[in-house]
Amino acid sequence: MFTRHERLKNSYDVVIIGAGGHGLAAAYYLARDHGISNVAVLDQGYIGGGNTGRNTTIIRSNYLTPEGVKFYDESVRLWQDLSQDFDLNLFYSTRGHFTLAHTDSAMRTMRWRAEVNKHFGVQSEAIDAKAVAEAVPMMDLNCGGHSPPVLGALYHAPGAIARHDTVAWGYGRGADRRGVEIHQNTQVLGIELEDRGSGPAVVGVRTNRGRIATRKLLCAVAGSTPGVLAMVGLRSPIYVHPLQAMVSEPLKPWLDPIIVSGSLHVYISQSARGELVMGASLDPYELHSTRSTLDFAESLSAHMLELFPFLSDVRIVRQWAGMADMTPDFSPIMGKTPVSGFYLDSGWGTWGFKATPVCGKTMSHTVARDENHVLIRGFAFDRFARYALTGEKGAASVGH
Amino acid sequence: MKILTCPINGPRPMSEFAYGGELREMPDPASATDAEWTDYVFNRNSVPGIKCEWWCHTSSGVWFVAERDTVSDIVLRTFLHVKSVGGGA
Repeated sequence: MFTRHERLKNSYDVVIIGAGGHGLAAAYYLARDHGISNVAVLDQGYIGGGNTGRNTTIIRSNYLTPEGVKFYDESVRLWQDLSQDFDLNLFYSTRGHFTLAHTDSAMRTMRWRAEVNKHFGVQSEAIDAKAVAEAVPMMDLNCGGHSPPVLGALYHAPGAIARHDTVAWGYGRGADRRGVEIHQNTQVLGIELEDRGSGPAVVGVRTNRGRIATRKLLCAVAGSTPGVLAMVGLRSPIYVHPLQAMVSEPLKPWLDPIIVSGSLHVYISQSARGELVMGASLDPYELHSTRSTLDFAESLSAHMLELFPFLSDVRIVRQWAGMADMTPDFSPIMGKTPVSGFYLDSGWGTWGFKATPVCGKTMSHTVARDENHVLIRGFAFDRFARYALTGEKGAASVGH
Repeated sequence: MKILTCPINGPRPMSEFAYGGELREMPDPASATDAEWTDYVFNRNSVPGIKCEWWCHTSSGVWFVAERDTVSDIVLRTFLHVKSVGGGA
C-alpha cells in the first residue's frame, strides 16, 4: 500500500511530524491542492498507531461556538465523499447522534447548541424524552433510578461513524502516490533553529536516522506535543491526560444511532462488525502513558447498564487508551507560532478524529502560504496571550 | 486498586484523592510583566518526567505534594507543603 523508502533525503520542502490522520491529510492536500510533494512524514511508531487508531470514530458538527460549528461542518462535508476520493471504503455510516440531557440546565444547553447549529445551517434539534424513546426504544429513560432521568436530547442527524484506520491509510496512500515520503520508525530527536535577526526560524530536524534540512515543519502529534514544543523553546497551555475506550463482543445489530450522555460520562455506538464502541470522560490526572485501568471499565460499564440494563451479560473484549492534548478552553491550537516555519496542529483533546479532513485542508493551506487559514483563526497559538479564548463546551469531555 | 499515601492518613485508595495540578511558583502580581503573568495563568509544563504536584485527600480535606513520574505513574514520595512566611508557594 505504501512505498518503502530506505533513506531519508538531505532536505525536504516540508517535514511533518506524526503519520496519523492529521499529518497524512496535511501531506495529501499539500501534494494534491498546493503542488508541494517534496514532503516527508515522520512517525516514531507506525501509520495511524496513535490517536487515529485509538478514538471512538464519531463524526459530528453539533458544537457550541461559531468557530467550532463552522470548522466541523466543513469537516463533515469533506468526510462524505472521501471514500470516492481515495477509492477506498471508509465505512462512513450516517447514524444520527443523540446527546442526552438529564437536567433542566442540560436541556437549556441543548437548545442553545441547536440554535447555534441551525444558525450555521447544521441540522440539530432539541427533542423531548418521548422523541428519544421513539428513536431508541431499548433505552431506560429512568436510568434504573440511579441517575437523573433522561429529559430530552440534542438530536444531530448528520452524526456518523467511520473506520478510523482506513482514514490514515487512505490519506497515506493518496499522499504516497503523489510523491510524499512516509518514514515510519523515525523519531525526531531535535529541531534546529537559526536566528538571523528576525526571530528564530526552523532550518532542520534531527532524527534517529539522520539530519534533514527543511524550512517548514508541521507538528501533528497528539500527546507528545509538549515534548516537541520544548525542542523549539515554546511553552503552551496543553496538558496531557489519557482518554480510554473499550469495545464489547460483537452483537446482532440493535443500536443504529450514536448515544452520548455527558452526565453519565458515556458514549456508545455499534460498529459495522457489531461491537459496541464505548468511551467515557478523561482520566483524572496527567499521565504520559497509554495504559488502561479497571476503574475505567468498571465505572463505564455501570453507567452503560443504567441506560441499557439488558447488556449485563455482554462481555468486554478490548480496552485501550490514547494520550489527549487538553487545552483550558477545549479548543485546539493550530497554525503559525512565534517560531517562523514551525506550524502546530495540536490541542485536539477529545475531538481530533472527526476533524481529520478539515485539519489537513486548513493546515496544508497554512503551511503552503505561511498564513493561518480563515477557519482556524479562532484557534491561534497567541489567543491565550490576548486573553481571547474560544470556549468550546460542546467537546466530548465536558459535562454540562 | 491504585494506592496513594496521604502524609496524614497513610495509604488510601486512589479514588479518595483529587489531582490539583503541578506545583508552581506564583510571580508577584504587582511586579510581573504581562508576558510572565500570562505564562503563569495559562502555560503548563506537560513534558513527561518526574514532577511535584498538588493532591488532595478528599475524605479529610488534606492538601499535600506528591512527587510522581508522569510516564510510569510511580509516586516517589508524598509530603506536606510548608508555606514560607507571608504565604506564596
